[in-house]
Parts: sequence; structure tokens; C-alpha cells
Amino acid sequence: MRALLQSTHLTYGQKTQTIIKMLGEFSDPILDTRWLFVSLVRKADNKENVMNSEVYKESPVVHQPAFIDGHSVEIPILKILQQDGSVYDGADLPNIDQALATKIYKTLAFHRVLDERMVGAQRQGRISFYMAALGEEAASVGGAAGLEDQDMIMAQYREQGALMYRGFALEDFMNQMFSNEKDLGKGRQMPIHYGSNELNYMTISSPLGTQIPQAAGYAYGQKLQGKDAVTLCYFGEGAASEGDFHAGLNMAAVHRAPVIFFCRNNGYAISTPSDEQFVGNGIASRGVGYGIKTLRIDGNDILAVLKATQLAREYALKENKPVIIEAMSYRLGAHSTSDDPSGYRTREEEAKWQAHDPILRMKNWMLANKWWDEEQEVSLFESLREEVLAAVKVAEKIDKPPVEDLVTDVYDQVPKHLQSQLDELKQHIKKYPESYPFTAGRIK
Amino acid sequence: MAQMNLLHAINNALDIAMAENDSALCFGEDVGHFGGVFRATSGLQEKYGKARCFNTPLVEQGIIGFANGLAAQGSTPIAEIQFADYIFPAFDQIVNEAAKFRYRSGNEFNVGNLTIRSPYGGGIAGGLYHSQSPEAYFAHTPGLKVVVPRNPYQAKGLLLAAIRDDNPVVFFEPKRLYRASIGEVPEEDYQLPLGKAEVVKQGTDITVLAWGAQMEIVEKAIEMAANEGISCELIDLRTILPWDVETIAASVMKTGRLVISQEAPLTAGFASEIAATIQSECFLHLESPIARVCGMDTPYPLALEKEYVADHLKTYEAIKQSVNY
Ligand SMILES: Cc1ncc(C[n+]2csc(CCOP(=O)(O)OP(=O)(O)O)c2C)c(N)n1
Ligand SMILES: [Mg+2]
Repeated sequence: MRALLQSTHLTYGQKTQTIIKMLGEFSDPILDTRWLFVSLVRKADNKENVMNSEVYKESPVVHQPAFIDGHSVEIPILKILQQDGSVYDGADLPNIDQALATKIYKTLAFHRVLDERMVGAQRQGRISFYMAALGEEAASVGGAAGLEDQDMIMAQYREQGALMYRGFALEDFMNQMFSNEKDLGKGRQMPIHYGSNELNYMTISSPLGTQIPQAAGYAYGQKLQGKDAVTLCYFGEGAASEGDFHAGLNMAAVHRAPVIFFCRNNGYAISTPSDEQFVGNGIASRGVGYGIKTLRIDGNDILAVLKATQLAREYALKENKPVIIEAMSYRLGAHSTSDDPSGYRTREEEAKWQAHDPILRMKNWMLANKWWDEEQEVSLFESLREEVLAAVKVAEKIDKPPVEDLVTDVYDQVPKHLQSQLDELKQHIKKYPESYPFTAGRIK
Repeated sequence: MAQMNLLHAINNALDIAMAENDSALCFGEDVGHFGGVFRATSGLQEKYGKARCFNTPLVEQGIIGFANGLAAQGSTPIAEIQFADYIFPAFDQIVNEAAKFRYRSGNEFNVGNLTIRSPYGGGIAGGLYHSQSPEAYFAHTPGLKVVVPRNPYQAKGLLLAAIRDDNPVVFFEPKRLYRASIGEVPEEDYQLPLGKAEVVKQGTDITVLAWGAQMEIVEKAIEMAANEGISCELIDLRTILPWDVETIAASVMKTGRLVISQEAPLTAGFASEIAATIQSECFLHLESPIARVCGMDTPYPLALEKEYVADHLKTYEAIKQSVNY
């Protein structure tokens, strides 16, 4: 052991590996004991920063300053499917058969219809707010389709497609958007902040980027408990500027968390175009910086999204390492129903991207495969529109949550001070019932 | 004089500050060409150029860290945080850096030129993360000034004072009133004092104190009280830190009663600080316990917002209770 520790021709990493192996063979492989020895190695290795010095050893030595250009890493983009529905020559298809393709396509169609109808419902004043994902539906639906149901999805907010794919019912979407008493989130968050424990879809939180380091932690826990599961974390290219993004990637890389970071690069963060968001080579180049396996794909190419996610899952699980995928797309719609893009971009720019519709692209492929026909297309969209409209009418008639829901879930149990605040509120509502119409009638 | 809404008044103040001071810069998320998601910085980029009014990357800690650097260097940063609910990633730069810059260096360096603007408050169906009133977190931080205006006239005068004040100022703008509150505002330059409360309406029976958007709600409550023959003295605190103990204490000495109404949750809200100080300043003059009418001690809800908030009815009830004590 001492000889090993003192050897100069082995790197820190090699020494650690050898010790871990030896201990695994000779003794009870308790992690703590191993790490004790690993820290011995660290001490024995008489350098300030062991990891860095290893990297330095690999660097070619030069005697004239040689700056590396910020864009010197060339990042290819994976494309499998062309807009006309044909597959690029030499492209590897993901694992997909007619059943899976049909499920994906139907989910995409549902996504498009729901968005269209709910933007309309917001205009009519039926819901307060909505966020559509027009033109970038393939990223969320394809991402979920590349996972297994036991994998956790931690999304930003524009990934309702992933939740649809997981089977979140139309009524569940509606109940959340109408903040009624059947909403799983108890009517507490703004529309589109969905979540479902049963479907392994973490409830959306508005503060941007916060889910990124959380995904690293979640995935690390999955790994330690030996689960056959990974975590997929969605975020926008804008959110990737947050400190939490950098923290999350580095934590995941250092601690080898089986997490798939999935960036939807849709060109905008509200009004801010991505060329005012960063100067580097997209988000993918940062993956390289953190030592994370990185793949850039055409986000409007459902087959590329599926392929990338399937591969990433396999790799993350097998190697216990993170992966980052950057899906290039375009936010065709407004940021939200509170936004009007005409204030910051041109119709011509939007038209260019309309020609890259991911749903139409998949449809063309389905048609070419004879897996789908125009008749099915018409009847699918027709019935979806009717279903959504009917569901709106049901959800908007359901009561708001009961007043008691104000104080539950702040803690595991309602503490005394909140109980008395609630009691006081009820007395007050009884005094002015006409001012609190949602709850007054139901207070005993 | 011109009719302005609160956004116009803010925009006008920023315009004046940038015109008089070449080192004044406005920046934040979507602040540049688009003029901010609420349009408070509309037209400033066209007028002063991209170097002085610009979009930043989406990173609040970066925005305030950058602003701290600029302020230390001698520029006059006016940084926008898109929603007060999203100020927390910048908490370290504000609480540990901006607030302590001067003290820790023995005034070798300071960031007195820093102003942070941010829309705050509820009543807009914004749920947990577009509704919060986080002033108390910052009021707990020596070295900061915290200011909250109630209407367009106040907003312009207080913002100009905040920008010119030689201390870092967090300026919370009542977003519910951005377009709803309209009033006469002088087009020329003027300032309103920081650290000074304003007695908005004289009264004899009870002092009612609030700030920001809550002032509008409290005004409704004191009208209801007036119909019952209760004469309320209405005070707008305006500056949360450092706050104007004198004006409040003088009023309470006169009326013997105090109701404080705030949007933020009850526990450890700024109303609690005021209650404690006034209780010791005015102990022998008090006719009834000081009352706080606040948001409930829960996150800010959505569907039950109406029930949750410290509305005019709850404030009115507290006024009556205090008078009938
Ligand atoms: C911490 C934080 N800061 C600011 C915001 C306000 N905000 C909501 S969405 C958004 C833009 C996000 O852009 P991006 O991450 O690219 O996602 P996209 O909307 O394009 O899907 C901003 C600035 C927020 N929600 N959280
Ligand atoms: Mg984006």
C-alpha cells in the first residue's frame, strides 16, 4: 500500500482506482473505508490540486502563448428526418415501431390542439394565463418517449408534451389551469404549473433554473439506491444563464449523477434573442467545459430527439454519468399569453421557422411509412378539438378549492398559528360572505 | 403637470437620471430594445444607446454582481430585477456585498450609486412566484435602503432620490398599480425625501399605516371607518429602511391607536418591527394594542388569493376593533 501511495508514475486517479479495487477484493467494501484511503492518496500526492495537475500533464507544452478560441470546439448537429418525411442517407434510426410512432404522433397532435384551444380560452378570459410550445413540441414529447416511465422528469414549464406523453389526463390539465378543487396542486400555482407524483413528473416551479441542480441530486439518489431510473431535466437556453445551471452541471459531473440535461434552445428568452444571451457556441459547449458528454440535435426532428434521449438514457444509466442534449428549435408563438412578440422580432423570421414544423415533419414520415393517412389525420384533430372544448366546459364549473387548503401543506401538519389564522379568516368570511363568493357558501 | 401612470412616472424618472448623468445605466432581463416586460424602460435604449440601456443574460446574481462592480467603479447602475420574486438568486450580492461594501472596507470602497428596481406584490392572479412582497428580508440588512412608492407622483420623486442617494437602494414598485394608478406628475425634475413617512390624511381617532400598493386598500378601509364616524390618520411609510419613527410616533401619541397593514405575511414582517418600536416609544399613550393586518403565514396562493390577502374589509375590522377596545 505504501509503495502504491508513494509511486510517482501513477496518477491520482489510477492510485485511487487501484486502492478501491484492492479494498473491494480484500475487505468489506464499505464506502467510508474506501474513501478514507482515497483521502490518504490525496495527502500522499504532494500536489496542491491533484485533478488539475493531471489535466496539465495531458496538455501539449508550448513555449509561445497560444490562445484557444472560444469557438474552437466544433459541435455537430444530429439530423435524421428531413422536412419532407424522408430519412437522411446513412442516418441511424432510433428504436421505433408503428405503435410507438403512433403514440408519439397522437401526443404531438394533442399538444398542438390543447395549446391552440387554451390560448383561445385565455383570450376569452376563461383562464388567466397560458404558455404554448408551438413549433417546439417534438423536444418535450420526443424526450419523454426516449425514457422509461420510472424515470423522473424535471421540467421548466414549456414541456407539457412530456406530461401528455406520460398520460396525464385531459381533465388533469384542465383542473390545473382552472385552479379548481380537483387540481392536484390544489389551485395554488398559475396555469401550466403541472406536476404528478404518480407519473414521475416534478411539479413546475416558476423560478428559473432551480430544477437543474435538483435534478442532479435526484439522479444521484436514484443511483445510490440502485434504481433502474434516470432523471431528465428540461430547461431553456435562457435559464441556462442562471447560476443554478452551472452549479447543477458541475455537481452532476463531479458526483456522477445519471441525469440527462435537456436544453430547449428555442432562440428566445421572452424578448431576448439567444445572441444577447450568450456568445459561446450554444449551450452544448458548456457541457464540454464541465466534462459532460454532449450532443446537439435538431429539436424539430422527432427521430433525432428520440435517438438522442434513448442513447443518453442508456449511457447515463450504464456509466453513472450525466449527459447534456441541446435541441435546436424556435419558439414560434408568444412567450406567454402576456407577451406580444411583434415588439421584438419580425414576421419574416417567424415564417422561416414555420417551414420547419416538427409535427408536419413527423406526419410526412408517418405517411411515407404508410403508418398514417389523411383520413386518420382529419378525424384525430376533429375529435381532439371537441374533447378539449368539452373538458374546458366541465373544468370551469368545478368549485375552487375549499378555504382550508390555504393552510395545508405549508408544513406536514397545520401548526397552531396557521389554524388560528384560518379560524379567524372563516369568522371574517361569515361576516362578509358576498365578498368571498368562492368559499363563503362552504364554510360551516 | 402631466397625467402619468406609475410606469410612465418610473420611465420619466429614469429618463431624467440618464440625461443628467452619463454614467447612469439601466439594465436587466428584457430591459433593452423591448423596454422591460412591463415597459418601464421603454424608449431608453433608443435614446441613450445600447451601451447604457441593455438586456442582460438571464441571471439575477450576475445582474446585481455586475451592478455592484459598476457602482464601486463610480458608475450609476440602475438594475432591474424582472419580478421581486426572482430577486433571491441575487440575495448574496445584495445582502453580503452591496449592503456591506462600505462598512467592510472602512469606506475605502462603496456601492452607494447602486439602485435596484423591482416590481413586487400581489392582486394580479400571479400565484406563489409573481406576488411576493419581500421587503422585510432586505429591511433586516443594515446598509441597505428600502423604498416603496404608492402612486406615480411618489414613484418619480422617490426613484430620483433613490438613484441620487449615496447608499444602495432597493426600490420595490407596486406592479398591480403600474397601469391602474394614474395621477398628476410634474414633468420636470423633483425629489421626495428618503427616510420620511408622509401623513396623507389627518385624523384624530386612530393612526393607520401602510406602504406601496397596500395604501390604496387601506384608503378604502378608512373610508368605511369614516362612515362610522371614525377619524383615521393615514400615513404612508414610503421608506421601509431606515424608517421614520418620529412621524409615526408623533401620530400615535396623538391618536393613541395604530393599525399597520402590509401585504407580506404576518410573522417577522416589517409591521412587526414597527409595532415593537412604537409600543416602546408610545407605551403610555396607547389606548389599545397595536394591530397588524397582513397576509397569512403561507406562500402566496392563487385560487384563494381573495381570502388570503389583507384586504380593506380585514383592515376595516381591525380599525373598528382597535377603536372599540
Ligand atoms: C429566476 C427567474 N428570473 C426571471 C424569470 C422570468 N422569466 C420567466 S420565463 C423567462 C424566459 C426564459 O427563457 P428560456 O429559458 O429560454 O425558456 P423559453 O421561455 O424560451 O422556453 C423569464 C426571464 C423567472 N421565471 N425566474
Ligand atoms: Mg428560450
